[in-house]
Amino acid sequence: MTSPAVAGAEEGAPAFSMWREAARRFRADRWAVAGLLFLVLLHLCALGAPWIVEGALHQSVFRQHMMDRVQVNGQMVDVVSDDGLPVGPNPRFPLGADLLGRDVLSRVLYGARVSLLVSCLGTLLALVLGLGAGLLAGFRRGALDMVISRFVDAVMAIPVLLLAIALASVLRGGSVWVVILILGLVNWTYLARIIRAEVLSLREKDFVEAARALGARDRAILLRHLLPNLVGPIVVFATLSMAGNILLESALSFLGVGVRPPTPSWGNMIEEGMLFYNVAWWITLFPGLAILLTVVSFNLVGDGLRDALAPGSRERRVA
Amino acid sequence: MTLYVVRRLLWSVVVLLIVSATTFVIFFAVPGNPAALIAGKYATRQTVAQIEKRLGLDQPKPVQYLRFVTRAARGDWGFSYVSQQPVLGAIGQAFPKTLSLTAGAVAVWLLIGIPLGILSALKPGSVWDRLGMMFALFGISAPAYWLGLVFLKLFADMLGWFPLGDYTEIGRAGVLSWAHHLVLPWVTLALLYAGWYARMTRAQVMDVAAMDYIRTAHAKGLPYRTVVGKHILRNAMLPLVTMLGMDVAYLFGGAVLTETVYGIPGIGGLAWRAIRMRDLPMVMGTVLFAALFIVAANLIVDLVTLLLDPRIQREG
Repeated sequence: MTSPAVAGAEEGAPAFSMWREAARRFRADRWAVAGLLFLVLLHLCALGAPWIVEGALHQSVFRQHMMDRVQVNGQMVDVVSDDGLPVGPNPRFPLGADLLGRDVLSRVLYGARVSLLVSCLGTLLALVLGLGAGLLAGFRRGALDMVISRFVDAVMAIPVLLLAIALASVLRGGSVWVVILILGLVNWTYLARIIRAEVLSLREKDFVEAARALGARDRAILLRHLLPNLVGPIVVFATLSMAGNILLESALSFLGVGVRPPTPSWGNMIEEGMLFYNVAWWITLFPGLAILLTVVSFNLVGDGLRDALAPGSRERRVA
Repeated sequence: MTLYVVRRLLWSVVVLLIVSATTFVIFFAVPGNPAALIAGKYATRQTVAQIEKRLGLDQPKPVQYLRFVTRAARGDWGFSYVSQQPVLGAIGQAFPKTLSLTAGAVAVWLLIGIPLGILSALKPGSVWDRLGMMFALFGISAPAYWLGLVFLKLFADMLGWFPLGDYTEIGRAGVLSWAHHLVLPWVTLALLYAGWYARMTRAQVMDVAAMDYIRTAHAKGLPYRTVVGKHILRNAMLPLVTMLGMDVAYLFGGAVLTETVYGIPGIGGLAWRAIRMRDLPMVMGTVLFAALFIVAANLIVDLVTLLLDPRIQREG
């Protein structure tokens, strides 16, 4: 299976036509476009959170005068119902209030900032590590390839979640940066494998041989001839890894080794509400829905990109 | 051939060694003295030193590691720092629970995922296909622990069809009660995999259905059923078998999230608690136990592929 870039290179077609063609195919995929729109909207909401919801509502209620009443626009509003539970969804708190009287909607939006940032930087780190290791192993081959490949095998033989928990407990998790580091460290192996396999097949292609015959150095071959052909797999990996990272970050926070409260993350919101899921279901339901919708969107966009960038690839969705 | 098998076996051992070394190094960095942890708050320095000596913690780290590996190879996996239980014993107690969870989940996801994938692939673009793939997308995107909470709220709390959490032994409570307690965990865990399997099945069946020999089979007038059953499905299922092997092996290492939400005392929960308590022997035990299955599954998959497809000539 050749990637479209290779096909383009072999036919001598100009490089930009492939991207234009890919964009057309992506646009034709309604589901992928819908996913992309949702993600754009989500990012706007996350960035604009301070303007969308009142800052006071997502912060700890201890800053307010009373635990069961908070001040909103100069009016006092109940956050605890008559039976002593936090209030459920109502006009004032569209998604209800949590156990500390904080607005769940505000926290979901502020949580989006944390979850998206962590997943995005974690993906970037995995990209750097995976690309580096994959290129080295595939291009240099020999002993270095063996060492890298065996190490990748070993890391992949440890269940992802266990590895992440282990790293979190050792690195004294809790800060956003540690979680990013963990996401990067457990995720790069997948990309490393993909890139290594791609490079191993690409380096035998005629155009690489031609470049070498023309006297191109390793650096030039890597950067000018191999890397552009890897953009497709990299973009797809990045998108799908965003989906995976959102899930993994929330799982870590849920297990209490991820982002630590009071910083809201979707996972630790669910963890905080878990014991009360049967009486105050809104505390766990809405952050979970946020995760679900976001991951679905990343998966839709990822699938769309894969179909658009590598039309021959498997799992083509007809929709 | 024999040489390849021997080589492949040796590599598996090497991978396991790297796994154990990685785990050891990760926890080697842990600050804090396990001996002090065991001795408790009010222990004298002598007691701590004694415990250190008993556990071999006074030795240099590489010696400690070598000792662990040689003992582990002989079947002595040590004792938990926290509960003083033998590690292998604790794993032996937890494994049947993980096995129960996995076995049921596998059955559920195969029953949902495979037919859904086949149906979608044979009628691409149809209502079935769209609904099926939407379901699959939901399955692979929903966080398992959240799904567990939603199921508990809906089916246990509101409808009262199933018990709230609690695990019962098959020997003690009987098959029906055991299954009744496990239905929600099974479905929760299975939904994720059902999604992946539906997508994989669909892709495989569509790939095979586009092959020339399928067109030939149609052209020579074979009934549709025969073409689908004998020519398409049989070939499309092979990669799924290897995938199943890997996934089952992976789950034998424990499903931390599902086990946590439903309070099932399996391997995943054991490993999680051990990691949080920094109970190094138990961490090593559970991680190696999980890795053992994954490495073995890899090995079996490679060897079976080699047997089935002599074209594959691996350089090892």
